[in-house]
Amino acid sequence: MATNPNPKPATASANGKPFLQIKRIVKKFDDVFAVDEVTLDIQQGEIFALLGSSGCGKSTLLRMLAGFEAPTSGQILLAGQDIVGLAPYQRPINMMFQSYALFPHLTVWDNIAFGLHRDGMPKDEIATRVGQMLDLVQLKAYAKRKPHQLSGGQQQRVALARSLAKRPKLLLLDEPLGALDAKLRERTQLELVGIIEQVGVTCVMVTHDQEEAMTMATRIGVMSEGKILQIGKPDEIYETPNCRFVADFIGSVNLFKGVVEVDEADHVVIASPECRHYVSHGITGTEGMEAHVAVRPEKIAIQTEPPADAERDSLAEVGFNMAQGEIKDLAYLGSLTTYHVRLDSGMVVKVTHTNAARRDSTNLTWGDRVYVWWCGSDVVVLTQ
Amino acid sequence: MATATHSLHDKLTGAWGRTLVISVPMVFLLIVFLLPFLVVFKISLSEMDVVFFKDVLVWKDDVIAITLRFGNYIGLTQDSLYLETYLSSIKFAGLTTAICLLIAYPFAYFMARSPADMRPALLMLVMLPFWTSFLLRVYAWKMLLTDSGVFNNIAMALGLISEPIKMMNTPFSLVLGMVYTYVPFMILPLYANLVKMDLRLLEAALDLGATPWQAFWRVTVPLSKSGIIAGSMLVFIPCVGEFVIPELLGGPQTLMIGRVLWDEFFSNNDWPMAATVAVVMVLLIIVPLALFNKYQAESTAGGRA
Amino acid sequence: MKLNAGAVTSKVWMGAVFLFLYMPIFTLIVLSFNASPMVTSWGGWSLRWYNELAKDKEIISGFLLSLEIAFLTACSSVVLGTLAAMSLHRFKRFTGRTLFAGMVNSPLVMPEVIIGLSLLLMLVSVQRLFGFPDRGVGTIWLGHTLLGMAYATVVVQSRLQEMSPSLEEAAQDLGCRPLQVFFLITLPLISQAIGSAWLLTFTLSLDDVVLSAFLSGPGSTTMPIVIFSRARLGLSPSVNTVATLTVAVVSIGVLAASIWISRAERKRAAEMAAAYRAA
Repeated sequence: MATNPNPKPATASANGKPFLQIKRIVKKFDDVFAVDEVTLDIQQGEIFALLGSSGCGKSTLLRMLAGFEAPTSGQILLAGQDIVGLAPYQRPINMMFQSYALFPHLTVWDNIAFGLHRDGMPKDEIATRVGQMLDLVQLKAYAKRKPHQLSGGQQQRVALARSLAKRPKLLLLDEPLGALDAKLRERTQLELVGIIEQVGVTCVMVTHDQEEAMTMATRIGVMSEGKILQIGKPDEIYETPNCRFVADFIGSVNLFKGVVEVDEADHVVIASPECRHYVSHGITGTEGMEAHVAVRPEKIAIQTEPPADAERDSLAEVGFNMAQGEIKDLAYLGSLTTYHVRLDSGMVVKVTHTNAARRDSTNLTWGDRVYVWWCGSDVVVLTQ
Repeated sequence: MATATHSLHDKLTGAWGRTLVISVPMVFLLIVFLLPFLVVFKISLSEMDVVFFKDVLVWKDDVIAITLRFGNYIGLTQDSLYLETYLSSIKFAGLTTAICLLIAYPFAYFMARSPADMRPALLMLVMLPFWTSFLLRVYAWKMLLTDSGVFNNIAMALGLISEPIKMMNTPFSLVLGMVYTYVPFMILPLYANLVKMDLRLLEAALDLGATPWQAFWRVTVPLSKSGIIAGSMLVFIPCVGEFVIPELLGGPQTLMIGRVLWDEFFSNNDWPMAATVAVVMVLLIIVPLALFNKYQAESTAGGRA
Repeated sequence: MKLNAGAVTSKVWMGAVFLFLYMPIFTLIVLSFNASPMVTSWGGWSLRWYNELAKDKEIISGFLLSLEIAFLTACSSVVLGTLAAMSLHRFKRFTGRTLFAGMVNSPLVMPEVIIGLSLLLMLVSVQRLFGFPDRGVGTIWLGHTLLGMAYATVVVQSRLQEMSPSLEEAAQDLGCRPLQVFFLITLPLISQAIGSAWLLTFTLSLDDVVLSAFLSGPGSTTMPIVIFSRARLGLSPSVNTVATLTVAVVSIGVLAASIWISRAERKRAAEMAAAYRAA
């Protein structure tokens, strides 16, 4: 999440209803459902990211918000008003395009002023507003330049200024950082969020880049095949995915397939070929049910000695959440090391270990026999 | 639910605007392109009456008489000269197309592989003759090829020949003139295609063990198929009905259907016959024409993302 | 990747083709200064034929008429061509689209004798029914526009395809209604293509023989018709002079345009490079 000196909490709009309500939106192209019954509520002032791989329907959904596609059915309510029947030029929504779409024959100034001219704003007001926008993105010195005379990062800032110039109720970002190179991306992510929060506009962004979504958004909606699978804050999505797809899509995850042996209110035991899992929270399920246990690689400890009983969260876990295997692969990545451990049962487990101390990584190497273990509070049980 | 305002401006730019934009050129084409064809077909089914042609539809004594005279079509099939001329036109057009392809393909290939900064200049040099009058350039060949023309004069002056070589008003001069005129039409689509070709495909072929010659035939040529077809259609179809070049450079042995049509109309004053010749000519080129239209549609299908 | 033999073949072949293309033009120019009235036997340098041309009423009036028709044709072709290009590009589905595309593209290849004859026969039939139009400038203009429109559509359509669709969407997003989008965004961006289309159709009209012959009336003899009749009869020095002047004007025009365009491109590339370095 971005560091924020003046965090604006996500609030509902004045009358208590969510600011943007997407109700059962469907978009069909011939016989294919690009967007399949999406329902979503977005609060005023939040930055909401639609995350998914290509073809999942996120761009189509964004275009329907902008007005470039008409939904097959469903409603979109912005501050209580259904905007589905409105053309793009009638909506109080502005979009920043992936390719920026800056008008090549106009200067930076004219690009930003373009939308204001269409509204019939008086000349001096336009001048003030454009000046404000240029200050916001720190491009005052470039006002007279044409887009081809700017670098990629500068073009992006102009695109942002242009989309904010009309003080829209909703800002749409289409893969905002897709066109930038890696180094620039990192810097720009935080700058972008800073500007959006400074202006205080509600924002919906679309991206396939997890890092982008996790860094910039207050809430994320993971999409696949036209449906929204899970909505939540970045940490919720990461730590408590609600299904295997989401668990696997965000970051890396180890999925153990097993059967519920013991189902109590405060703990659950699941048996899988690799080991027996002690989960220190209850689940909705029954004994005998099939379930997956998801463990993130960074939650797993790796060492040559078996874990001491005292290291466990509770004594009830001793003997659980642990397996033995051989290091099949390792990759030293500087700040952390990734191990692929082939367990005795045959499954390959991914473990990441932060090299907190300088000599941390030099202990283990290919072929070493190791123990991998984790805590019962660090796992998520997935039944879907 | 918010309702959009229905001002005049909105009307003009909504569905109405769309209809307007499409219908203006559409109506123009229907009247100026399609309708004339229907008229030609109708007239081909009549025959010449002193000054004008006898009409197909006649209103007389409260009766509409539709008279379809197939005399022209029958005459066409009976007179072997017409058949010969059609075949001859196709033959010459085909020959011209083949020669143009042979000349233009290597040219376009070399041009596409030239250094990038030279290509605009080369392209301009190819286009320049195209922009100067085609009539004048064809006329120029008359000067060059005639018995007392430049080539013969120079050859005789150099002592290479004692008598002028007959080059003018022969199939040779006709094909030369047509190739000369239409070669740029073949170069352009080929060049457009070859210049966009991904050279890495060729590199991959060479990497996998093909010789440059094999790579050329198995990779480059198949990929330039659409350019070859486009160029060939751009040359073949108009050549079939060419008039000016056969008239200026052709002779008694070069039967071209374009001249026949012209003569039927201007010299014989037989409009229905001219119309019949035209109808059959259209039927002849309808398959290449359809091919051309299909190519055009495909090449512009890229369109909007 | 290129062998030396390949580089030599390349130069030889291209050189030969250029020679083939330019030799007749070159001959025309040289012989226009031929003192001898026998066009192909050299009699020394002379400007006499240019003097004759200045007094040649037939050619001069034909030229002025051709200019007038060419100007009108270029304007109408560009308007209709742009409308057709927009229709084909923007609207992917409408009734009669295939027919429309076929009608727009076919004049590019259709033999002119067919177009000329059919258009003439229709005009004559209309004249019989309604009493007008008489053949003359107007009818020639009509035929030339049909041809010009086909070329203009191709030029404008290819430019429209190159243009990113998100530009028009961005304009709408910022509050532009569709008509405004066209005039404020689309038109400026295709203006260069429209300019080339104008010049192209102008040249085509100026040079057209067959359509003009079919569609002209008494008193509307265009320059190409004059030249064609003279050329049919034999060789004539006046044709050479017209040719030289035409080539001179066109060459200067094309050369100037090319230089201007390449200079603009180089400037633009330099600006882009500077922007990336500075950022």
